[in-house]
Amino acid sequence: MKKAVLALAAGLGLAVTGAQAQGNYPQRPITMVVPFAAGGPTDVIARIVGEHMSHTLGQQIVVENVAGAGGTTGITRASQAQPDGYTIMMGHMGTHGAAPALYPNLKYDPTKDFAPVGLAAGTPILIVARKDFPANDLKGFVEYVKTNGDKVNMAHAGVGSVSHMTGIFFSSVIKAKPTMVSYSGTGPALNDLMGNTVDFMTDQIVNVAPQIQGGTIKAYAIATPERSPVLPNVPTTKEAGLDGFEVSAWNAIFAPKGTSPEIVKKLNDALVKALDDQNTRKRLLDLGGVIPSGGDRSPEALQKLVDTEVARWTPVLKAAGNKTQ
Amino acid sequence: MGDLISNLSHGFGVALSLQNLGLAFLGCLVGTLIGVLPGVGPIATIAMLLPITFGLDPVGALIMLAGIYYGAQYGGSTTAILVNIPGEATSVVTTLDGHQMARQGRAGVALGIAAIGSFFAGTVATIVIAALGAPLTGLALIFGPAEYFALMVMGLVFAVVLARGSILKAVAMILLGVLLSTVGTDLETGQERMTFGLPFLSDGIDFAVLAMGVFGVAEILRNLDHTETRDVVRQAIGRLLPNRDDFKQAAPSVLRGTFIGAILGILPGNGAVLGPFASYTVEKKIAKDPSRFGRGAIEGVAGPESANNAGAQTSFIPLLTLGIPPNAVMALMVGAMTIHGIVPGPQVMTRNPDLFWGMIASMWIGNLMLLIINLPLVGMWVRLLKVPYHLMFPAILMFCCIGIYSINSLPTDVMFIGFFGIVGYLLIRFGFEPAPLLLGFVLGKLLEENLRRALILSRGSLSTFVDRPISAGLLVIAMILLALALLPSIRKGRDEVFTE
Repeated sequence: MKKAVLALAAGLGLAVTGAQAQGNYPQRPITMVVPFAAGGPTDVIARIVGEHMSHTLGQQIVVENVAGAGGTTGITRASQAQPDGYTIMMGHMGTHGAAPALYPNLKYDPTKDFAPVGLAAGTPILIVARKDFPANDLKGFVEYVKTNGDKVNMAHAGVGSVSHMTGIFFSSVIKAKPTMVSYSGTGPALNDLMGNTVDFMTDQIVNVAPQIQGGTIKAYAIATPERSPVLPNVPTTKEAGLDGFEVSAWNAIFAPKGTSPEIVKKLNDALVKALDDQNTRKRLLDLGGVIPSGGDRSPEALQKLVDTEVARWTPVLKAAGNKTQ
Repeated sequence: MGDLISNLSHGFGVALSLQNLGLAFLGCLVGTLIGVLPGVGPIATIAMLLPITFGLDPVGALIMLAGIYYGAQYGGSTTAILVNIPGEATSVVTTLDGHQMARQGRAGVALGIAAIGSFFAGTVATIVIAALGAPLTGLALIFGPAEYFALMVMGLVFAVVLARGSILKAVAMILLGVLLSTVGTDLETGQERMTFGLPFLSDGIDFAVLAMGVFGVAEILRNLDHTETRDVVRQAIGRLLPNRDDFKQAAPSVLRGTFIGAILGILPGNGAVLGPFASYTVEKKIAKDPSRFGRGAIEGVAGPESANNAGAQTSFIPLLTLGIPPNAVMALMVGAMTIHGIVPGPQVMTRNPDLFWGMIASMWIGNLMLLIINLPLVGMWVRLLKVPYHLMFPAILMFCCIGIYSINSLPTDVMFIGFFGIVGYLLIRFGFEPAPLLLGFVLGKLLEENLRRALILSRGSLSTFVDRPISAGLLVIAMILLALALLPSIRKGRDEVFTE
């Protein structure tokens, strides 16, 4: 009996503080889980956006890097946190799009287990090759990869990485099967691409732009509808004559499922404000980032994006037969 | 040459501004303190301090972060010498003779020679980066997977030489280390290996966890076991700084260590890790009396410590000239640069000369500051050994736990330190040494990855390792080293059969 009373009292207490918390949220620092190592593209975007959101919310957003298993370790942990708005996460194309196909034992469902907050920024994917690769444009390149098949070496930064997923996607679009060479991270992969050890890779603009500008590797196309101001000379895949390969590594903020709509709205408002801030925009654009506009910024738009991404990646990756048990 | 001097003076102009000097000092100080806390490595610290640098200009921010990096290298050696806990892979070797020196009451000498050797190595490495950085970049690019595999094979041979006692036991420990490194997700297929379905093993075992367990916790268990030995450390303090004889003995080792470390540091994929091991191997091989090694030989501290610092510094070359981070700390530096709007690449040198030359100049200034910070601290660290052990070991354990938790925020990491501590204690009791195990562990992953990568690229042909001149050369050196290491023991085996 005593126990029951205590439990009831504790429950009431929680309910009261819960209600208070919603009213004047946030009252203490917010933890943003970034499921990748500090310094990577997702981490950098989280920190740039988070910094401005902190000003708007009046509480610091603390980035916590929980890396592992292609980002699913951190997202699994954050998805199980209290849905009180004090734990949010930066998910991305891999954790909320490709993960269900790559990890059959995944502990969360990207389409159901989250309260989407909003899209932060995307980083376009480029098709790059070693600088003496014998093709001058994308058409010639695609032709070469198709003819030479597994004689061509494609580098990627490890199973589940953006370069891995987009590389598989690219191969399936052009219907070729290059030999895949796995690296532990983008750095070593780029190193061997510059050293002419491997032939090509597909990766995010942040990682490859400086090398393209420096002439140590060459770019065939950027997989976005429009050219990037960072690399104005690189044609889009469509311009270069390849249909069906348009992909960006998007990053978006999610809260655990059950987070109240008021809190989600506060977070989304702060995010939108950050994306409209001139300084924040400039920093994201300098990295080659693509900032979502108007309608793409809402929680509903993000939910739709996750649904379509899971539907897009699952067949592509399952067909390639790559999965983690 | 004239260019070099004008560039360097430009760099010093940037680095000597009051703000940048202050930031370099702050970084070095924080780095030293962090390095002394077991477990809290430079990676965790730089990640935690990244947001603080938002308000600074990029050059100042990077100077501070770089200061933390070398400060932590200095600090890491301090714990290796005093309490036998290597803060990082590169200070594993320092525990071998450094901690023995401390046990003999020569902790001050060991710390002093480590600081002075590191300063010398840092000075030379700074000049190497400034003068030869750009041309040396090519070296990083000719090292493909086959060359890297051969280098790792050579590294494993070093591990055999490291061993104090039985070669057979050393080989067993290396193999155990390699085996432990295969735990986790397979790089090519994404399948989990030897994880027993436990999610926290899917990314493998963390180096810091293993090192803290088999060195730190195991050492504490062993000390609690033998009351007498720890009193020796506590009572005999001895001289605080090296004297002329010490310098005479250590100077050639410092020179050799600097050279070895500087070259290995340039290689991509964490080649710097091999520096201290290679230097120790060389010192032990050319010493008149190799049996002193592992029992407090000053050369065994001076050489590896210089190699360690030289490598830490030259590993900035691939970052500054190519924009390619060779290890996890450098990857964080890339992150710090991108956050500040400088995307590192081949043009950093021409596009951001302030940053490039300013950082190089600040490296030397940072090294000087570390010497100034560390030499007076030697006395304090040594006095720390006087703290009664029953107060000291709970503190060490607590710092280990906090440190390891701060890296990945995983409670399982903390439990694993305890597990590896017990394993390490048993190994010590049965006469197995932990150092070859750690080297096997560090090299195992690189060995496997590069072997598979090289074979994929050669479409399965093993001749790729012999056809490529660099890889063939390295393999030949490895074989000669192995023969040299085994010969005496074979001879000894004939003389005193069954003594072991």
